[in-house]
Amino acid sequence: MAAIKSALVLFVLLTAVAYTVWLERKVVGRMQNRWGPTRVGPFGLLQPLADGIKFILKEDLTPPHVHKSLFILAPFLSVVLALVSISIIPFGNTISIAGHTTSLQITGALTSNGGNGDINIALLILLGVTSIAVYGVALAGWSSNSKYSLLGSLRASAQMVSYELSLGLSLVGVLILAGSFSLRQIVDKQAGGILHWFIWPQMIGFFIYLISAYAETNRIPFDLPEAETELVAGYHTEYSAMKFAMFFMAEYTNMVTVACVATLLFFGGWRGPVPHQFPPILQALTPIFWFCVKIFLFIFLYIWVRGTLPRFRYDQLMAFGWKFLLPLAIFNIILTSFWVAFIS
Amino acid sequence: MLHLVLFFIFAIICVAGAVNLLAQRHPIDSALSLIVVMGSLAVLYLLLGAEFVAAIQIIVYAGAVMVLFVFVIMLLNAGAEEHSGRSYVAWFLGIPALASLAALVVYSLVRHEPSSRRLALGESQGYVSPVAHLLFKDFLLPFEVTSVLILIAIMGAVVLAQRGED
Repeated sequence: MAAIKSALVLFVLLTAVAYTVWLERKVVGRMQNRWGPTRVGPFGLLQPLADGIKFILKEDLTPPHVHKSLFILAPFLSVVLALVSISIIPFGNTISIAGHTTSLQITGALTSNGGNGDINIALLILLGVTSIAVYGVALAGWSSNSKYSLLGSLRASAQMVSYELSLGLSLVGVLILAGSFSLRQIVDKQAGGILHWFIWPQMIGFFIYLISAYAETNRIPFDLPEAETELVAGYHTEYSAMKFAMFFMAEYTNMVTVACVATLLFFGGWRGPVPHQFPPILQALTPIFWFCVKIFLFIFLYIWVRGTLPRFRYDQLMAFGWKFLLPLAIFNIILTSFWVAFIS
Repeated sequence: MLHLVLFFIFAIICVAGAVNLLAQRHPIDSALSLIVVMGSLAVLYLLLGAEFVAAIQIIVYAGAVMVLFVFVIMLLNAGAEEHSGRSYVAWFLGIPALASLAALVVYSLVRHEPSSRRLALGESQGYVSPVAHLLFKDFLLPFEVTSVLILIAIMGAVVLAQRGED
């Protein structure tokens, strides 16, 4: 059962990643007053497929001056870690197909009393995977043995380490309110409609999370590691064909994961904005529907920001992270603790 | 059964990583071996049901401490080191020390009867709140003193770094 679930989630995730790229090119295209991909298939919908074939068929070039084993390891590390983190995300409660009941989560298991088992430290695992993900970027830059790559990867690791702090601390407010690390219990605490979502009491935490998440995934306005005007392509300058595509996939998979976590922690997960009751079959599908809608909105926001904002300067980026976001995150934790201890 | 198989796989990876750490000549290969050791240790904690400790092991050691190691190695661009392999002190002190340490570990393992209980996914409580109680109630003063100590170390590093600039 777990194998089927893993295969299905992986398939959906990779398809979503491919079409996020398509969506990004389309939306950014419209924002810049052009069409984006239109040639391959209706509305350019087959463009991801064509890109995939191109990546596979291109020559896989390994420059002679690289540290070979690490040069090959780095993209695998990036993409594997990005894919692993989806395994802890719950997409809904349980689903019954042809007499089999299973929990909508790869690492979820039904307990003996029919409840929904979940790993208690799901969120910590996610933070752990994020902290390990730095190696993919760092090793890629170092093993390439080129100055652009090294500068890009130094920037990336410094940025990811710095913003990981405020990312982790921005989640503490939610944890204090929910009293659990388990993503299921966090979502269950937000039951009862849009007014019970943690976005309202954790407005500050959410904005810190959103900004740090953009920095963690190296997206505009924090895409200095691959700032093309200064660093060619940053840490993946020397990579070509499928190895480059792996970094690309890792980046977009991370976007999806970040959107999943934001949905679960701040926007009630798979629960709709108002309590509703549909006929059984529709009702069984609504959790997945709401989850997908929320993820889509987050990814659209990502693309929107990309089409809107310019890039930070590097010192601004560091000062913003350490001197503004980090104190704000600590202030948010203190505020939430006081609120929980004395008011609620 | 699966527990046992996983234990042996990751125990072997752990020991192999530790040996590789010593055998490699390039600092970055050694640092990466150390990350492998820490990661497989985290899996071993997980098999014991200590989820929280496993996660902290990954976040703090593999994620934070080792990133700094790798970062420093990358910045200094340290080259491969020379192995002399001719130190008599290492032979005459190292091998007896290693043997006695191994004997001690084996003795203590044999003496304590291993528990046969297994933990399933989601069964353990993760031990977050017991750890929190220990840190913030029973050992509050040592915990806070440690944080001040780390702060002093950071300030010292900043002072030393700025002195070099003048």
